Amino acid sequence: MIMNLEVEVLEEGSTTNVLLIGEIDAYTVPKLKEALLPLTEREGQLVEVNLERVNYMDSTGLGVFISALKSTKEHKSELHLIGLQDRVKRLFEITGLDSIIAIDSKVRGGN
Amino acid sequence: MELFDFIEIKVPAKPEYVGMVRLSTSGVANRMGFTYEEIEDLKVAISEAMTNAVTHAYGKEEDGEVTVGFGVYPDRLEVMVADHGGSFNLSEVKEKIGPYEQTETIENLREGGFGLFLIDALMDKVEIKNDYGVIVLMTKYLHENEVGIDDDQISTTQ
Repeated sequence: MIMNLEVEVLEEGSTTNVLLIGEIDAYTVPKLKEALLPLTEREGQLVEVNLERVNYMDSTGLGVFISALKSTKEHKSELHLIGLQDRVKRLFEITGLDSIIAIDSKVRGGN
Repeated sequence: MELFDFIEIKVPAKPEYVGMVRLSTSGVANRMGFTYEEIEDLKVAISEAMTNAVTHAYGKEEDGEVTVGFGVYPDRLEVMVADHGGSFNLSEVKEKIGPYEQTETIENLREGGFGLFLIDALMDKVEIKNDYGVIVLMTKYLHENEVGIDDDQISTTQ
């Protein structure tokens, strides 16, 4: 069982793909915050975070995505969360955050 | 007196132990016959309580400890997460919890504070004591013996 979080960043022009693998909790969240926030600071950039392989997340993760969303408003960039597992998606729904963060549980087909 | 098994785990108040307590929770809940969904709920709720305790202890000089106690009853699991460090202002914390409201602007949106809200949403009963340190006592009932489940709980009875 993976008890850590891997963050893979792939830049493709004006889109930055961020693939997360593992668990997002109080221990792993500083790593996510450190990697994700600077990516949202470029104007016009679309930051697409793939959560397909995140099998656990709690409110520490919600906190980082809220910070990232705030940063996109400030820097005129965009944040999309894709591939959410049902359990992870449920947290966004319970907290009402699915109404302000762009979420899509499906991952788009490869290019 | 009602008979129950009790399991106690004491861990340093550090974020790296949140995952370990989550795994233990999963083991206890699985043993009791909770469903996959319920185990996932328990894992989030207990991690949230652990995160609160750990964050709370952060920056303090002394090496803090968090005690997690599992009360295993025939019809329910009671989990206690106790942080023996300082105490927090409970009424202040209560004011901050709740789901995101459409009327709130994104700029004012809080980045923390969803923890207690999630515990409340995912467990059947939550009590917080704030005398010497903070103690969060959470209860989740097993389906077969549905007793006193909150109305807001989604029913998955077959």
